[in-house]
Amino acid sequence: MIRIENLVKTFGAKRAVDGISFTVERGEVLGFLGPNGAGKSTTMRMITGFYPPTSGRITVGGYDIVEAPLAAKRLIGYLPENAPSYPDMTVRGFLDWMAAMRGLEGEARKKAVARVVERCFLEPVLEQSIETLSKGYRHRTCLAQALIHDPEVLVLDEPTDGLDPNQKHEARNLIRELGKTKAVVFSTHILEEVDAACTRAIIIDRGRIVANGTPAELRAMSALAGAVTLRAEGATEEKLAALGRVERVDGALRVYPADKTASAELTRAILELAAREGWKVESLRVEEGQLDEVFRRITLPDTVRK
Amino acid sequence: MKTVWTIARRELASYFTSPLAYVFLVIFLLLSGFFTFTAGAFFERGEASLAAFFAWHPWLYLVLVPAVGMRLWSEERRAGTLELLLTLPVTTAQAILGKFFASWVFLALALALTFPVVVTVNVLGDPDNGAIAAGYIGSLLLAGAYLAITCMTSAMTRSQVVAFILAVVLCLFLILAGFSPVTDLLARWASPSFVDAVASFSVITHFDGFQKGVIDSRDLAFFVSVIGFALFATGVIIRGHRAG
Ligand SMILES: Nc1ncnc2c1ncn2[C@@H]1O[C@H](COP(=O)(O)OP(=O)(O)O)[C@@H](O)[C@H]1O
Ligand SMILES: [Mg+2]
Repeated sequence: MIRIENLVKTFGAKRAVDGISFTVERGEVLGFLGPNGAGKSTTMRMITGFYPPTSGRITVGGYDIVEAPLAAKRLIGYLPENAPSYPDMTVRGFLDWMAAMRGLEGEARKKAVARVVERCFLEPVLEQSIETLSKGYRHRTCLAQALIHDPEVLVLDEPTDGLDPNQKHEARNLIRELGKTKAVVFSTHILEEVDAACTRAIIIDRGRIVANGTPAELRAMSALAGAVTLRAEGATEEKLAALGRVERVDGALRVYPADKTASAELTRAILELAAREGWKVESLRVEEGQLDEVFRRITLPDTVRK
Repeated sequence: MKTVWTIARRELASYFTSPLAYVFLVIFLLLSGFFTFTAGAFFERGEASLAAFFAWHPWLYLVLVPAVGMRLWSEERRAGTLELLLTLPVTTAQAILGKFFASWVFLALALALTFPVVVTVNVLGDPDNGAIAAGYIGSLLLAGAYLAITCMTSAMTRSQVVAFILAVVLCLFLILAGFSPVTDLLARWASPSFVDAVASFSVITHFDGFQKGVIDSRDLAFFVSVIGFALFATGVIIRGHRAG
């Protein structure tokens, strides 16, 4: 549904997005990760037709966003960063207007508003003006707007930003649910969201893609992935050193195999060693790898950027 | 066209959800009354016409029209709703026209509320109502020209105050180019054809005919081109921001 080729956006001398390519199909939820200033919002603004690309090509549902902007925009529902909306309108007024702007009329418009109100739990604040809403409700109002025309493509810029933990959980469930029938791209810098909602994730840094894969694949990029952590009475570093590099972590011993994919063999070898040496094993765990470790290793914090 | 109307409808409604719109209407009516009857010496003139009423409009609008139009784009940019609006399936032109028409309709409403003045002259005497109609048309076009300029300055900045000041300055130029104290001053140094050329850019010059009840196609063309040019420039500015 979304196809991006060699996308570049420059602001003056700064390359905010620097040659990004990817595709998102129906049924996929693509997580767009990266530190602040990586170029996530800029990319999304180009997909939705707000910024024209400096170079490169974007098609949505086969329509080029530069050559056929209206046809492409009709397919997209967009939640911009910080969830803007018109503060002087009521929630109902705003959603009704958005539906009208999407060409919905009469009964269809009423139904569309009712559907998103239910989906985003807006019933209690329907007649309230948006400026009087809490941040969570304001966010959901803007999300409801993105869903009003039941779009095939959803672009959500930090959809869980500013929500409390319960609301975050609900939002992730909603995204996962929507992803079954739509092509969804959402950006975040919260790593748990990758596991909670994505079928695939892209990590970008300084405008470039530095990793692209399923959550499991990304985790496997971690140095920790495939290591085996053993907690056992009597175990010593010297004995384990024959099996791989050993590290002591909080009283447990962690063995890193030379080959990450060989963790099953390593586990077996450790168990045999423990049996031979008579160690009393309390726990044994194969590490999956941690996303935040991968994230930190392949992206630079803003503080060292300059 | 429907999209333009949907945009205009929201914009117009938002004038009336804040007390500002009512305050504006009251100020407009009070000031136009003051200028007409007191400063314009309406009753002392002893003639049944609205010359005193219309003569003040270029000055009256100088502050009031920028106040009505200043938020049109700057507020969308400041609040981030511009991103919402322009990622909907609308063209920039539709958005610009929708907003412009909404404010213009609001100004037309303000102008329409001055009808007691028309009633008054008709009661007191026997005015040329055709000339009055021409005056109203000219006044509406004048407001439209100021408004289009305000749209343009509003698109330049996130700050309504800056948009307001820029609009007042630009509109002031359009007045002064044909304001007689200024043209008299110019005439001392420059050739008459130069003075005329400068004055031909002035709203005063082109509003004059309407006040006298004459609708000249050149005057019409002037106001329509100012509106067209300023709205076109608005589009260029809005697209320019996004091009980076
Ligand atoms: N309108 C703009 N003008 C100039 N620079 C911009 C503009 N928008 C974004 N940038 C710059 O582009 C970079 C990427 O920004 P952004 O896409 O917002 O990052 P992210 O959403 O990943 O935090 C940042 O360095 C930012 O300062
Ligand atoms: Mg961002």
